[in-house]
Amino acid sequence: MAEKHVDEISGVETTGHEWDGIRELNNPMPRWWVYTFYATIVWAVGYMIVYPAVPLLTDATKGVLGYSSRAEVSAELANAKAAQAGNLEKIASSSIADIMADPQLQQFAVSGGASAFKVNCAQCHGSGAAGSAGFPNLNDDDWLWGGKPEEIYQTIAHGIRYDGDGETRVSEMPAFTEILQPEEIKQTAAYVVSLTGTPSDVSMVEPGKALFEANCASCHGADAKGNRELGAPNLADALWLKGEGEQAIIAQMKVPKHGVMPAWLPRLGDTTVKQLAVFVHSLGGGE
Amino acid sequence: MKYTFEMILLGVGAFLALVGAGFTQDRHFEAHMWVLFFVLLAGTIMLMRRIEFSPVSAGRAPPPPPQSEYFDEVVKYGVIATVFWGVVGFLVGVVVALQLAFPDLNIEPWFNFGRMRPLHTSAVIFAFGGNALIATSFYIVQRTSRARLFGGNLGWFVFWGYQLFIVMAATGYLLGITQSKEYAEPEWYVDLWLTIVWVAYLVAFLGTLLTRREPHIYVANWFYLAFIVTIAMLHIVNNLAVPVSFVGSKSYSAFAGVQDALTQWWYGHNAVGFFLTAGFLGMMYYFIPKQANRPVYSYRLSIIHFWSLIFMYIWAGPHHLHYTALPDWAQTLGMVFSVMLWMPSWGGMINGLMTLSGAWDKIRTDPIIRMMVMAVAFYGMATFEGPMMSIKTVNSLSHYTDWTIGHVHSGALGWNGLITFGAIYYLVPKLWNRERLYSVRMVNWHFWLATLGIVVYAAVMWVAGIQQGLMWREYDDQGFLVYSFAESVAAMVPYYVLRALGGALFLSGALLMAFNVTMTILGRQRDEAPIFGATPALKAAE
Repeated sequence: MAEKHVDEISGVETTGHEWDGIRELNNPMPRWWVYTFYATIVWAVGYMIVYPAVPLLTDATKGVLGYSSRAEVSAELANAKAAQAGNLEKIASSSIADIMADPQLQQFAVSGGASAFKVNCAQCHGSGAAGSAGFPNLNDDDWLWGGKPEEIYQTIAHGIRYDGDGETRVSEMPAFTEILQPEEIKQTAAYVVSLTGTPSDVSMVEPGKALFEANCASCHGADAKGNRELGAPNLADALWLKGEGEQAIIAQMKVPKHGVMPAWLPRLGDTTVKQLAVFVHSLGGGE
Repeated sequence: MKYTFEMILLGVGAFLALVGAGFTQDRHFEAHMWVLFFVLLAGTIMLMRRIEFSPVSAGRAPPPPPQSEYFDEVVKYGVIATVFWGVVGFLVGVVVALQLAFPDLNIEPWFNFGRMRPLHTSAVIFAFGGNALIATSFYIVQRTSRARLFGGNLGWFVFWGYQLFIVMAATGYLLGITQSKEYAEPEWYVDLWLTIVWVAYLVAFLGTLLTRREPHIYVANWFYLAFIVTIAMLHIVNNLAVPVSFVGSKSYSAFAGVQDALTQWWYGHNAVGFFLTAGFLGMMYYFIPKQANRPVYSYRLSIIHFWSLIFMYIWAGPHHLHYTALPDWAQTLGMVFSVMLWMPSWGGMINGLMTLSGAWDKIRTDPIIRMMVMAVAFYGMATFEGPMMSIKTVNSLSHYTDWTIGHVHSGALGWNGLITFGAIYYLVPKLWNRERLYSVRMVNWHFWLATLGIVVYAAVMWVAGIQQGLMWREYDDQGFLVYSFAESVAAMVPYYVLRALGGALFLSGALLMAFNVTMTILGRQRDEAPIFGATPALKAAE
C-alpha cells in the first residue's frame, strides 16, 4: 500500500495513489445505494421464480404463475371477442333494415364501422370521410349510386368498376372528343356551369343546352340531376367529384376519368361490410 | 523520405477502389467506390506534398522536432473532429426533426428521412461521440499512465482510419446502402474496415496501459478499456454476414428471424451501454476531478459500480423486444437485468456528483463544472428512466412511441453531449497552450442554450409519446379501436415542430462552442468581465 494521505478539505483518507494529480477518497459506499441495489437483486430473483426466466436445454422454466405472453394475448383477444359476440352474431343474422331499427345494435354497428373505416377506407376517402378530387365525400347527400343503407352496402360489398366481381357497379362516360367539336364541348361545359354558377361566356349557354339535351341527358337526365341507376352524377348541385369549374368539366368530357373501388365483401366479410354501410349512412347524408 | 509506406498503402487502396468501381455490377457499390477512390487519392496527394527532397548526405537534415512526453497532436485533431462532427450531426438532427414536422422537406432520393435518419444517428453517436472517446481516451491514458501513446504513428492510423469509416458510412447512407440494422447500418466492407481500425485502437490503448509507469490503472481507463473491448465484440458478432459479391454492397446476415433481432438488440443496447455509458463514464472520471480539483469521492464505489455495470449491461438487450416473438424467458431476463442495472448506473452519478463535495461553490462560478454536473444529472435521470421503461407494463405503453426518442435524447444530448462539451472546454486551452478559453461567458451561454434545448426536447417527447401510446390503445365503449394510426401521426405535428425548436437551441449552443474553440485555438481572448463570484485563484473551501 502506498503511503497514507488524508484529503484536507473533507478529512477523509485517500487510497494513497495519485494519477496526474487525481486522488481517490476511501469513502464507503452510500448505504442507501447498497441496500437499493440489494433490493433490486432480491426483486429480480423473485420475479424470475414467478415468471418464465431460466433457459434449460430444450425449454425454459415456466415460473410459478405459469405465465406466457402468448396465452395472455389469446385470453385478451378471446375476452374482447366474447364481449362483442352477441352484437356481432345479431348483425350477421339481421338484415340492414333490422339493424337500423334496433338503436342499440345500430350504435354498435356505427362504432364498428368507424373503426373499420379508419383502417380500410380512410386512405382514399380521408379519415373524416370528406374525400378529395376523384374520391367521393361521404358526408354530403350527393350519392352516385344511392344513399340508402342497402345501396351503400351494395356499393361497399361489390365495389365500383372492380374486375373480378360480377355484381360490381359499372358505368362509363364516353370520351366526347370523338363525338363533339372542341367548340361544342366548351359550349356544353358552359351550360353545365350555368346550372349552378356563371360561365365565362354567357352566349355559349344556349347552344350548350341543346348539345346537353342531345348528348348528355340520356344519362345525366334532362334536368341534369343525374341517374343513380347508371351512377351518373348530379350536375345541378354544385358538388363536384373530379373538379370544379369549366376547365375541369371540359377535361372530364375529353378524357373521362373513372374511379375504381375494390369489392370489400371478400376481404372484410358480411358483418363488417354491414357495419361500414351503417356507419357511412350515419355520417349525415344517409337516406 | 517521410510517409513512404503510408503513401504506398493509400495509393494501393485508391487503386483497389478503382478496380472495385470498374468491375462491379452494383451501381450503388460503384458510386461508393468512387467516393472511396477520391478520398484516398486526396489523402495520397496530401502526403506527397509533405515530401522533402533535401539531400540527407549533406548532413543538414533538420533535427527531429522535440518530442514532448505525450503524443497530443492526434488528440488535437480528435478535438477538432469532435466539434466538427458534432455540429454536422446536430444540424442533420434538426433537419430530420423538421422533415417529420414538414414532410415536404424530404428531398428524394438522397435526402429523404429514411437515409437522413441513420446519417444523424451515426454522425452523433459514432462521429461526434466516437471521436470524443478516442481523443479523450488518448489524452487520459497517457497522463494517468505517465506513458507516451503506444505504437508511434498507430494513433494517427486510428484517427484517420476512423474518419474514413465515418465518411464511408455517411456517404453510403445517402447513396442508399444499408444493411438495415439500427446503429449498425454500414455494409460488410465498411464493417471490415472499422474492425481493423478498432483493433489498432485497442492495441494503442492497451499497449499504453501495459507500458505505464504508474503502479495501478486509473478508474477512467477501466471504463475506456471495457468500452473498447466490448464494442469490438458487439461489432463483429452483430455484423457477421455473407456478402453477395466481393464487388457489391449487399450482404446477408448470418442470423435470421428472432435470433437476428436478439443479436441486433444485444448489440444495440450495449452500444448504449458501452459506447455511450461506459466510455463516457471514463471521460467523467477524469475531467470532473480535474476541473473541480477534488479527489474522486469513493474508490470502493467505483470498483463495485464498474463491475456490476459491466456484468449487468450485457444482458439487458432483450427489453427492446418485449411482447414480440422473443421467448418469454429472454424477455424476463432482459427486464430484470435492466432493473438491477439501476444502482450500478447510479454509482457513477454518485461518484461524479460527490466528487464536488468541498467544491460546490464552483457550480456557481465555473460554467464548465456546471455543464459537467448537468451532464451527470441527465445521466442519472436517463438511467432511472431506462430501467423504468424496461418494465413490461410500462413498455407496453412506451414502446414504439416518441417517449423512447425523448429518453434517448435526454441521455444523448444531456449526458453524452454536455460531458463532451465540458471535456472540450477543459482540453482546448491545455492542448494549444492558451492561458484560458476565448470566452468563458460563451460557455455559460452554451450551457443555458443546451440545457433549455434538452428540456424542451425531452418534455415534448414525453407528452407526445404518452399521447401516442394512449391513442393506440384507446377503445370505445363498444370495444372498437378509436383511432387509426394515421390519426396518431397527425396529432404529433405540434410536438414535432416544438422538438425541432429544442434541437435548434441545442445546435445553436454547439455553434457557439465551435466559434469559441476556433478563437481559442487562434490564440484570441475575448475582453470580458469574469463571471460573478469567480475568484481568480483556487482556494480551499472552508
